[in-house]
Amino acid sequence: MNWQWFHRLGSPRWFYEKTDAWVPWLLILAWGLLLTGTVWGLGFAPMDAKQKDSYRILYVHAPVAFISMACYYLMAIAGAIGLIWKMKLPYMVMKSAAPIGFAFTVIVLATGSIWGRPTWGTWWEWDGRMTSYLVLSFLYLGVIALQNAFQSRDTADKASAILALVGTVNIPIIYKSVDWWYTLHQPATLKLTGESTIHVSMLYPLFTMIAGFYVFFTLVLILFTRTEILRRESKTQWVKDLAAGSSRKDEVAP
Amino acid sequence: MNFQFDSLDAFLKMGGHGPFVWASYVLVYIIIIYLTLSPLLAKKAFLKQQKKLLQLQKKSQDGSL
Repeated sequence: MNWQWFHRLGSPRWFYEKTDAWVPWLLILAWGLLLTGTVWGLGFAPMDAKQKDSYRILYVHAPVAFISMACYYLMAIAGAIGLIWKMKLPYMVMKSAAPIGFAFTVIVLATGSIWGRPTWGTWWEWDGRMTSYLVLSFLYLGVIALQNAFQSRDTADKASAILALVGTVNIPIIYKSVDWWYTLHQPATLKLTGESTIHVSMLYPLFTMIAGFYVFFTLVLILFTRTEILRRESKTQWVKDLAAGSSRKDEVAP
Repeated sequence: MNFQFDSLDAFLKMGGHGPFVWASYVLVYIIIIYLTLSPLLAKKAFLKQQKKLLQLQKKSQDGSL
């Protein structure tokens, strides 16, 4: 079997050059989907009979919640690949995923809290879903902290990868928490198996937002990784060439 | 598919839930705009700094010759 693609995938330079052309398209697609979904969800989706208009927070809360957990798996898998194959690029992806995942958990906790006030009459409750989700936020913070805690790049990467891997235990707990401790948070609305408990007129804008946030996540992960590649590869000739030619246009301009 | 509100005022108020809904969306957009711009700005700043560094190195090499 030809493993050339795998080794190439591990090359930071190859990744940087390959993704150069993708960024503008992902930028247009992500923001196009997100803006469409936002207008649809806020103004055109019908009102919910029970929760009235406050349910519109669902369109930002639920998609970001899915992706914040997918992002955690991606971070942990990247860390594992880095540990096993000692490749540079997966570690850079792992480091880049941490602040993005943390920002997503902030969105989910804040919008959940704002949604909880008119729906449940409380900003916060130590319910199973919320508590396990708060732990996810701390795990992301832990990875960010470990990245900055060591002088040696290699030690920081290995320590973060181990923490990321250990933390994966929390993801199924978050997922199943609504069934195990059914206290306040509602069970899943969308189900992969079985029928979803949401009407199609509310479902389409939700799908648009889910797609939008997935593309957005891909985009920002690529952007963060590209910046990280330049930082870590600053001693290489190709980054020096890139820096030397970075603002040639500015020099030509009067 | 129709616009669900009778007026702009009703759209903003959302039957009393407006402040909660709008606050959520504003927060989300602030964060996603930040996530989009921060790596781009960091990259630009890094390349600028590296360029200066390279110029300084070149100058010091020329001076020593």
